[in-house]
Amino acid sequence: MQFSEQWLRHFVDPKIDSEALGQLMTMAGLEVEEMNAVGGVFTSVVVGKILSTEKHPDADRLKVCQVDAGQDAPLQIVCGAPNAEAGMKVPCAVVGASLPGFEIKQAKLRGVASHGMLCSARELGISDEHGGLYALPDDAPVGADVRQLLGLDDTVYVIKLTPNRADCLSLVGVAREVAALTDMPLTVPPSAPVEPTIDDRRVIALDAPESCPRFCGRILQGVDARASTPEWMVRRLERSGIRAISALVDITNYVMLELGQPLHAYDNDHLEGAIHARMAQPGEKLLLLNEQVIELAAGTLVIADDARVLGMAGIMGGEESGISLDTRNVFLEAAYFTPDAVAGRAREYGFGSDASHRFERGVDFALSPVAIERATALILEICGGQVGPVVQAESLAHLPARRPVTLRPARARKVLGIDLSDDDMASLLSRVHLDVVRESENFRVTPPSYRFDIEIEVDLVEELARLHGYDNIPAPAPQGHLAMLDRPESRRDLWQVKRMVADRDYQEVVTYSFIEEAWERDLCGNTQPIRLANPIASQMNVMRSSLLPGLLGVLLTNRKRQNPRVRVFETGRCFRVDDAGTPVAGYDQSVRLGLLAAAGTAPEQWGVAHRNADFYDLKGDLEALFAPQTLSFEAAEHPALHPGRSAKVLAAGKVVGYIGEIHPKWAQKYELGNAPVVCEVDVDALLQASLPVYTAISRLPAVVRDMALVVASTVPAMALMAALKQAAPAIVRDIQLFDVYQGKGVDPDKKSLAFRVLMQDTQRTLEDAEVDAAVSALVQCAQAQFNAALRG
Amino acid sequence: MNELDTLVTQARTDFENAADATQLDVAKSRYLGKGGAITQQMKTLGQLGPDERRAAGARINAAKDQIETALEARREAIRDAALAIQLSAEALDVTLPGRGMGKGGLHPVSRTLERIEALFRSIGFEVADGPEIETDFLNFTALNTPENHPARSMHDTFYLEGVDDVLLRTHTSPVQVRTMREHVAQYGDREHMPEIRVIIPGRVYRVDSDATHSPMFHQVEGLWVGEDISFADLKGVIADFLRKFFETDDLQVRFRPSFFPFTEPSAEIDVAFMHGEMKGRWLEIAGCGMVHPNVLRHGGIDPERYTGFAFGMGPDRLTMLRYGINDLRLFFEGDLRFLGQFR
Repeated sequence: MQFSEQWLRHFVDPKIDSEALGQLMTMAGLEVEEMNAVGGVFTSVVVGKILSTEKHPDADRLKVCQVDAGQDAPLQIVCGAPNAEAGMKVPCAVVGASLPGFEIKQAKLRGVASHGMLCSARELGISDEHGGLYALPDDAPVGADVRQLLGLDDTVYVIKLTPNRADCLSLVGVAREVAALTDMPLTVPPSAPVEPTIDDRRVIALDAPESCPRFCGRILQGVDARASTPEWMVRRLERSGIRAISALVDITNYVMLELGQPLHAYDNDHLEGAIHARMAQPGEKLLLLNEQVIELAAGTLVIADDARVLGMAGIMGGEESGISLDTRNVFLEAAYFTPDAVAGRAREYGFGSDASHRFERGVDFALSPVAIERATALILEICGGQVGPVVQAESLAHLPARRPVTLRPARARKVLGIDLSDDDMASLLSRVHLDVVRESENFRVTPPSYRFDIEIEVDLVEELARLHGYDNIPAPAPQGHLAMLDRPESRRDLWQVKRMVADRDYQEVVTYSFIEEAWERDLCGNTQPIRLANPIASQMNVMRSSLLPGLLGVLLTNRKRQNPRVRVFETGRCFRVDDAGTPVAGYDQSVRLGLLAAAGTAPEQWGVAHRNADFYDLKGDLEALFAPQTLSFEAAEHPALHPGRSAKVLAAGKVVGYIGEIHPKWAQKYELGNAPVVCEVDVDALLQASLPVYTAISRLPAVVRDMALVVASTVPAMALMAALKQAAPAIVRDIQLFDVYQGKGVDPDKKSLAFRVLMQDTQRTLEDAEVDAAVSALVQCAQAQFNAALRG
Repeated sequence: MNELDTLVTQARTDFENAADATQLDVAKSRYLGKGGAITQQMKTLGQLGPDERRAAGARINAAKDQIETALEARREAIRDAALAIQLSAEALDVTLPGRGMGKGGLHPVSRTLERIEALFRSIGFEVADGPEIETDFLNFTALNTPENHPARSMHDTFYLEGVDDVLLRTHTSPVQVRTMREHVAQYGDREHMPEIRVIIPGRVYRVDSDATHSPMFHQVEGLWVGEDISFADLKGVIADFLRKFFETDDLQVRFRPSFFPFTEPSAEIDVAFMHGEMKGRWLEIAGCGMVHPNVLRHGGIDPERYTGFAFGMGPDRLTMLRYGINDLRLFFEGDLRFLGQFR
């Protein structure tokens, strides 16, 4: 909502400046978003009448004007405006005047003396219009100060109103609030009934009284729709951001801004019979004022005559029944439509209006008869005509009730944490015209018809806080019941894990949760993604089921910006349709950790040979992050990954993620450079930790034996390891894989795996024989299960 | 000068002239070796009488000691010289960079979230979490925002294709109701329920995109419900938080009346710095208020007995203010030159 300060001060005029008035409104919940001066800063610009113009002797486009600026003799002023002509009244900056950016001095223009300047709207900072001189009204008195004439010592406030404060969607509403806050008197616009001069009227039928419980209508005949709108009204409308169109339209807009009651004017000659406020019937269509044809949905409240639909009630009128410059006879509507009847409709149809904005938030239902009289008086004054009687149809049972609300002052003090006396509370509430009746220690408070936001006690508590001033509520150190927070040792903190990841040279990124459908299909193999109904862009139209696409996106962005060394991680939710999903049924939205490493293992540096990060580097990082939990890995295919270089990640026997190298075809398609390595795991599994359990350490000497086993190159090392551990006698404490060898001395389709076996007993020193037996048991197991041979 | 003194002087000179250990050994044998001068002197003792022999022997031994001392001194000098040469050859360019792996870092918004969590933990707030695909009921209805409520148009909501009852949460507030319900399930049968003190960080979504709006952004919800929680407490907690977060008292905090369906009274929180580039400008950083009785009821809590406050703040905005970042989109682009500045 936007309006002129002068207009507001017409209703209430507190003795504070524009800045303070703005601050006052902001701190009362009417947030001033912008404050703009109407005109530029200028002085000594007066109304000048151009007496004559002559072509400049030496310049084609300049004119030499004689201008009456109210001084003893006419001024000679050289001017380049194409519209300058004799008889015109224009702003004239006399010598000594100061304009935005420059000052007016005696001058010679191409040899001709000039004693001032004639101005365009832009030169005065009124608008951007610079096509010619700013034409002043013919009746403007010569020599008069232009600032005063145009009311330029004004400010436009733009306020952002919250949906609960519909009562402030008008000048009177804002003024009422300002008057209450400053304790100043409020002047309301005149609304005395206009005596009918004719008896023409239309029957009004409330066919849907629950949606339209009150409707006032009146016929005006013989109006001059071409009458010009008075300057003061145009100015107030324009400063409210509404362009003047024609007198009748301007008057309805003016009254809406002034009082808050949307009005509609019909061309009475295009109406037939009675006026109905009813629900739309299936299949009904309407050509709207904005030239859009819509098919009305059932449940849309419409205004109709006996023949057809005239408009969408409270939202927009129809083109065919609307007024034009040729209209002579008008039917004027001022009705109350309930918020429920209007709310959401405009959005369903994809448009809204100033009227629907007000009705869906709540228009004062007492206002319809007041506003129709105000509008009638203005029409008569500006357009002339004859006036019929107001026909008011209403269903009192369906009008909103303003029920008294009980306020317990003690409760208000407790909720707000302030010490405000009962008397002070009663006085504050009365200032905003809430009717307070005191009953023992409680108040019975009845709100006025324009307050839609006071229904329960806490609404009054809020009102008290606002009127008392949020600034006046103290901000003490809070008092609470002390209780220590849980600190489970069996679960790690996510921040701790994130720091560990960062310490392993990964930078955290945050990528969008919605990604391109093709990525979801190519990289996650998901052909049934969760699609957004209203994505912001087509490449952000499905919910990610994996962090991988986002991480690859980061790689691409950085490659494009000449930063090919990318080691990044993200934690965030991924989304999949899952019948067993919780807490929102049908969706799995677990939190994952994703890592991507591209290019060198270490930053480019002297003394360290460059090596691209590979599967085992990333695997090492992942194992370190999970430690002391141990992971196992099983070769498994993944749509995004190299089929021979990808694996499932298992923790405690459960699949918790995957790891691998990006498939060369995607690396090529998406121009990723050397295939990066990636992994993704469930954060929940990652945060698991177990309480350490002590086991005795042996004080006796350990025996270490190495053995190299040659097996087929396809044998998974960890399968062999698992078998060895299974077969190991009790004295074997640990088995480590310490070397993998392929090459000279080993058949091409084989590999040599070297194990170090550590044997120890806690009670006694081992004997050679039992050590030999243990090693031989291990070798036999490897021979039996993997056809292994001891390497000679 | 007797013969022995001459010998010692000669030996000293010879040792000094030995350039390295080998030459020194040669010189040594000249005096102390089998045919050396001192050995020769010793051989002459046999020709002397007992008393003379004792006296001469003592003189010879004294000379020998002197020679040996000189030898050791020279030997050490030669070793020291050799070591000095070696050390000098081994000198490093200490200005070369250290070797090893690099170090990554957290996202700037993560830094902020971690700080916010730590500050609130310090006064007994726990951290909770909730789903991002949320039910329409919890995102709106349970938060006192029924269908067609004008406040729904304050949020431009992302919906999922083909389903009506779920959406991408537009704020972290639905987790308020989830938290209350869980709390009541756990403690509802006690005579005095413990207080709920919780903050809820997370991602939220709105259909909006420009330099100051992102379709996905972060929010931190806070909730404190107890038997005696007031609007004044809300002001106290927030004012304390902001001063601790920005590590300055040089900060004005303003609570401005506003409207949210799920709180009443409601406020917007503005801050203004008293110095620096942003001096005197009010910056909106959070919305807050007393939890609306209808929301407490949806959480299973009796609004007559318990009151509470809630707030929702924008950690992205706080991060921008704290580090002087001017474009929200940088947070989600993943440019490492930007992210690397926050290690």
